[in-house]
Amino acid sequence: MTVAAVIDLDQGWRLDRQVALRPEPFGALAYHFGTRRLSFLKSRVLLDVVERLEQHSSAREACRAAGVAADQLPRYEQALGILAEAGMIRPKDQR
Amino acid sequence: MTAIATAGNRLVDHFESGLDAPICLTWELTYACNLACVHCLSSSGRRDPRELTTAECKALIDELQRLQVFYVNIGGGEPTVRADFWELVEYATAHQVGVKFSTNGSRITPVVAERLAASDYVDVQVSIDGATAEINDAVRGPGSYATALRAMERLAAAGFAGFKLSVVITRQNARQLDEFKALADRYRAQLRLTRLRPSGRGADVWDQLHPTAAQQREVYDWLVARGEEVLTGDSFFHLSAFGQALPGLNLCGAGRVVCLIDPVGDVYACPFAIHDEFLAGNVREPGGFTRVWRASDLFLELRRPQSGGACASCGLFDKCRGGCMAAKFFTGLPVDGPDPECVLGHGERLLAARGDAPAPKPSVDMSRRRPRRARADALAVAQAAPLPARPCDESPVAGVSIGRG
Repeated sequence: MTVAAVIDLDQGWRLDRQVALRPEPFGALAYHFGTRRLSFLKSRVLLDVVERLEQHSSAREACRAAGVAADQLPRYEQALGILAEAGMIRPKDQR
Repeated sequence: MTAIATAGNRLVDHFESGLDAPICLTWELTYACNLACVHCLSSSGRRDPRELTTAECKALIDELQRLQVFYVNIGGGEPTVRADFWELVEYATAHQVGVKFSTNGSRITPVVAERLAASDYVDVQVSIDGATAEINDAVRGPGSYATALRAMERLAAAGFAGFKLSVVITRQNARQLDEFKALADRYRAQLRLTRLRPSGRGADVWDQLHPTAAQQREVYDWLVARGEEVLTGDSFFHLSAFGQALPGLNLCGAGRVVCLIDPVGDVYACPFAIHDEFLAGNVREPGGFTRVWRASDLFLELRRPQSGGACASCGLFDKCRGGCMAAKFFTGLPVDGPDPECVLGHGERLLAARGDAPAPKPSVDMSRRRPRRARADALAVAQAAPLPARPCDESPVAGVSIGRG
């Protein structure tokens, strides 16, 4: 698997306006109506993080609020990086 | 696109045991069609008078919205011949159900093209089964190539980038893959290649149209080289047995993550399985589509662990998973054995041994009245061929992996 760019955890992020999330036992499905791409969030914790992005000023805080332990942070940093690359989430200061 | 589901990981297990709602589904809105493609997977032609009404279609869309089905692949028949087609498309997109529809292009006027280009929630798939008029028209009918190209020109002129050019690979067009790609590029479209199934009228012509074993290998090599640029609807997973897995889930999604709703509301396991054997129920029954999806005996059965049958001892079973259920069924092969196009040739040997035993016929045939014999003869003379297909598109493996690397 290709190693995706990680995101800046200290920046504020949010779900793209055209993305819908559907919770599943394994995590969630994310569908982008603009690019028509489907992504899989492979854990419920990751779903929790993504859903919390909007209300926190940084991705790091959203992770903390979702109960992500410090040693797990790099994995979430990478997962969020893949989501950012797919256009599923974007920086808050970007339309 | 980042592929994250690798063989044996937990995600695939979740899909095998089924989801609470399909990821996407195919909805044939009508069996009416102004073409009569020789390989039509739904044996379309005439309208069924029992078609779902506009109100019933809208109620179904409401239900799909509640289930969070992200999008539907609308086909037919030619869906745009329904008088309420655009009304239904607008209704669906206003209710967070995205639409991708397949068309032969005959009704894509410049005005329609403009409207489509303006919507983020509608995608269009123009079917073409030959990169040249000669090869296309032999299967899809005289003038159908020009019609499809005109539609593509209009979509491109309206600024609709990324619509789909959908091709069913046949023995006659298998050598045209580069030309199809060039054609798609010319209109800023994305190429979508799918597998010919012996479904609907396709059963009558499959022997003449399906790619040879050597062509299958060439198709596989081409997909490995270009796989990230083309869509396949995950339809060539039986070819993964040649080597590396192709992008996609590499699993039969029938009744697990996809299904088909036909014009009269019958729910089948997949678009290629219009037969009583694969009929799970009807959306008009109490409990509607949701009950069919979650509780029908057929779908529950399809979600149980499969043994692999005659393929269980094959070292490649983990890759091809025994191939396509519908392809086996409609060629008269056991559903728990090898695919008729098994890359090791096991299917071919079974086909040769099957003798004259009749293969199952589709339960629905809305072909315009014309003897089957005449169609087969027409084909023999024309010597060319393909099929309108639309299984679930978009390889569903794009994504995010956490912890599995």
